[in-house]
Amino acid sequence: MKQLGTIYGINGPIVYVKGRTLFQMSEKVFVGKEKLIGEVITLDNERTTIQVYEETSGMKPGEPVYSTGSPVSVTLGPGILNNIFDGIERPLKTIAELSGEYIHRGADVKLLDTEKKWPVHVTVEVGQEVIGGTIIAEVPETKTILHKSMIPPDIEGRIVEIVEDGEYTITEPIVKVQKLDESIIEIKLAQEWPIRNPRPTKSRFESSIPLVTGQRVVDSLFPIAKGGTAAIPGGFGTGKTMMQHQIAKYSDADIIIYIGCGERGNEMTEVLEDFSELIDPKSGNSLMERTSLIANTSNMPVAAREASIYTGTTLAEYYRDMGYDVAIMADSTSRWAEALRELSGRLEEMPAEEGFPAYLASRIATFYERAGLMQNFNDTEGSVSIIGAVSPQGGDFSEPVTQNTKRFVRCFWGLDKALAHERHYPAVNWLDSYSEYIGDLAAWYRDNVSPDFVDNRRRIVEILHQESSLMDVVKLIGSDVLPDDQKLTIEIGRVIRLGFLQQNAFHSEDTSVPLKKQGKMMEIILYLRKRCKSLISHGMPMSLLQREDIFTKIIAIKYDVPNNKLEMFDQYKNDIDEFYTKIMEKNA
Amino acid sequence: MSIEYLGLDSINGPLVVIEGVQDAAYDEIVEFSVHRTEQKLGRIIEVYEDKAIIQVFEDTTNMSLENTHTKLTGHSMELPLAPEMLGRTFDGIGRPIDGLGELNYVSKRDINGDPLNPVRREFPRNFIQTGLSAIDALTTLIRGQKLPIFSGNGLPHDKLAAQIVRQANLGKENNEDFGIVFAAMGVKHDVADFFRRTFEESGVIDHVTMFLNLADDPVVERLITPKVALTAAEFLAYDLGKHILVILTDMTSYCEALREVSSSKQEIPSRKGYPGYLYSDLASMYERAGIVDGKPGSVTQIPILTMPNDDITHPIPDLTGYITEGQIVLDRTLAGKSVYPPINILPSLSRLMKGGIGEKYTREDHQAVADQLFASYSKVNDARSLASVIGEDELSDTDKRYLSFGEKMENGFIGQELDENRTILETLNLAWDMLHILPREELNRIDTKLLDKYFDEDR
Repeated sequence: MKQLGTIYGINGPIVYVKGRTLFQMSEKVFVGKEKLIGEVITLDNERTTIQVYEETSGMKPGEPVYSTGSPVSVTLGPGILNNIFDGIERPLKTIAELSGEYIHRGADVKLLDTEKKWPVHVTVEVGQEVIGGTIIAEVPETKTILHKSMIPPDIEGRIVEIVEDGEYTITEPIVKVQKLDESIIEIKLAQEWPIRNPRPTKSRFESSIPLVTGQRVVDSLFPIAKGGTAAIPGGFGTGKTMMQHQIAKYSDADIIIYIGCGERGNEMTEVLEDFSELIDPKSGNSLMERTSLIANTSNMPVAAREASIYTGTTLAEYYRDMGYDVAIMADSTSRWAEALRELSGRLEEMPAEEGFPAYLASRIATFYERAGLMQNFNDTEGSVSIIGAVSPQGGDFSEPVTQNTKRFVRCFWGLDKALAHERHYPAVNWLDSYSEYIGDLAAWYRDNVSPDFVDNRRRIVEILHQESSLMDVVKLIGSDVLPDDQKLTIEIGRVIRLGFLQQNAFHSEDTSVPLKKQGKMMEIILYLRKRCKSLISHGMPMSLLQREDIFTKIIAIKYDVPNNKLEMFDQYKNDIDEFYTKIMEKNA
Repeated sequence: MSIEYLGLDSINGPLVVIEGVQDAAYDEIVEFSVHRTEQKLGRIIEVYEDKAIIQVFEDTTNMSLENTHTKLTGHSMELPLAPEMLGRTFDGIGRPIDGLGELNYVSKRDINGDPLNPVRREFPRNFIQTGLSAIDALTTLIRGQKLPIFSGNGLPHDKLAAQIVRQANLGKENNEDFGIVFAAMGVKHDVADFFRRTFEESGVIDHVTMFLNLADDPVVERLITPKVALTAAEFLAYDLGKHILVILTDMTSYCEALREVSSSKQEIPSRKGYPGYLYSDLASMYERAGIVDGKPGSVTQIPILTMPNDDITHPIPDLTGYITEGQIVLDRTLAGKSVYPPINILPSLSRLMKGGIGEKYTREDHQAVADQLFASYSKVNDARSLASVIGEDELSDTDKRYLSFGEKMENGFIGQELDENRTILETLNLAWDMLHILPREELNRIDTKLLDKYFDEDR
């Protein structure tokens, strides 16, 4: 670390160094006497511009700026899971031990615990040829996840020395590799990786497996594939965060990286408290054992907010390289875009739409493109799925962040204010939302859930569209004047909305629902519709049908049929048949 | 150490530039002396080698390029703190204005505060009963929450805030220490007087710290007011273990001051001329609500903001809603119908409600009843607009019941007297009275078990 310049000017998180300097682009630097972490963002003959990841108040021109020679990086190794970090991977628990309840700047902490000894099982032998990505050791990182230490991506060579299985820290050498140029390099459990560079993979391929979330409106109507991308836009109070929490809790990803980007501190505390207590149904351990949190709350420095998205993505890619399915929850990408705007404004760049910089679209694109189902160099397959919340200004989806996000994601779950006001959660608007993955996933649904799943889904969506256009009429003239078959469409639409789309996150059975039950629920609703249709074609008026409690009963299935007792659906089918015969006999 | 610089290099609105300074730090406070008679404070907002751009907290009238002496203080803005602050009144930047003399302070703290570490926060779960049904049942206030009131000009937000202060069970009955920090930014004199009277009448004035920047006080000073108020609140809460309720009014004036300074700095504006960092700036204040793990006190915030033109999508309410843990929205139509408090329950929300209600805190049926009231009330508008097209007589029986439900909700449940203090059980029973107007099969948000227990078909 050597001094390469002195501070010339300070404007919020932006610091200038005068003259032509030897700094490199994107280099990590230490700024001022307190050695605050910063990053070089522009270089020219007159001055160097640095964004500082911490509060700059009290800093003076003339203070030193030190070079580190390497870009802003994160440390990758065991200790990431079951932990909470700030936007540049500094562990918040360690910071709390050092400085109490407040985060003071200049906290000099190691990113991962360097003293903890991990039980290591070495999986390579002396003489073995290795390339970047080869798994060299296994470490039980948490009760749920087996961490696989790998050769860093840019190294190739032959193992010349290994250690005995035993307990090691992340800074002790595990193997020694003789590189192609004959030099020897020590490989440890931890490696560094610059956050803005995607980690390399062998190839990318189309995903045909859904990321199952347990949320009906997602899994059945607008599914996302493993390695896919989705956006959740919605005004405040529409339930973006709630939906992210539900997916983080119940999705079948192996690992969750939850990025709290410019959001509330209490929300991160809640995730931390809840996830530590909740049991992951897949492993039987606490959910935190498979989760890592990145917290840059809205009152933390804005430059680190910009970095937090990349930090989270890099952690996710690292676990993908081990062959895991990783899901990133980014809440909210709008705060990240606003951080870009704020920094861009301080740099006096020419703004494009609504003050956002012209490179907004390309930054959003590079972020979402880091998702994907990949073949890794060690021949495992892993995926990174990205689910990003968007907080449009004024709840208006035509603003730049929502629009640019829409271009680069394949799933759009638009949240609706009116639904949220009715407390219909998840408030996903079934008319605006879409998923481009349905075609890719159809075969999987057919083979793994039920042969009719995709057809039934299509019918349900059709009914909802019909219902919506009928409701426009009803709002004007009331429902009494509609013909009976249209009244039926409205009634079935109501059953779908209340009994299927609406899902109670606080109900122990309803909070997460397996795909099989989702399929059965659609089937039974469509069966009810078929029988009612037949009654109506026999001249039975809708008012007669509505006198029966069958509709209420079907709506209550979500609560009344436990997720592991799907055989109960046969009883409901009988009930519908009885309802049919009863009406026919009484009124024939 | 304290060199004085004579003269300035430019004055533009609230901003002055001074060149040739040595050792100036970013965010440092400077003292001006105009004509050697008038004292002003300012803050360095940009600094280059030997040039500093300073934002003056008071008016820049009388300042000239020649007559001003500038002195660097060597520290950022600090507030002197003492337990005796309760019961005192200060100006917008924390100087006593009640004639009781200077504060005998025990410590001084940077008013910007540091962010609370999320791992040291405690998730707020304690219900505060306000005695107002619309709030207690539907947008429950939780200790440590930030719950703003979105209002409009001429709506009774001050009365509502005052009633909350009077009735809120902040700790009085549990013999816990409590206090109120009141920060006024650009409000009228009579509003400040109204609050002072309310505090006096309800006998809590000894527990109130007031920071007043009134409508005719310097605009830039209001940028400091909420920060000094929250610094005082944090001291009282976390150092002295009190439960503090902070009332910030009017946040709209604060944001306008921010816009004014931003435009004189010639920054690139985002929406409606507000600076791009409005979100971060508001967050740095709102996020100072909360509870620290292992400490007895808490900071609860009720910011009040008037929505320009009653527009909830205006940047100020919009960004606030994204940061705060819910909002209470006042509505002009309801106020027109003489409903007090005119709370429009549909867009109102309390995000922390779910953790602080239910069997352990209020009653088992609370969540279900609230969900049902929201769902049913949202249908009232449909019934009303249908009635206005086809006439009330033509409505179906169910729709007629919704009309009457809406009417009763507004007059008998949401609406109440200025001094009416309902307990949570009274509120929940009243809610069931409302639900009894509707047929049982319309109540699809409530568990069958709860319906059997609380819904009496024969009523």
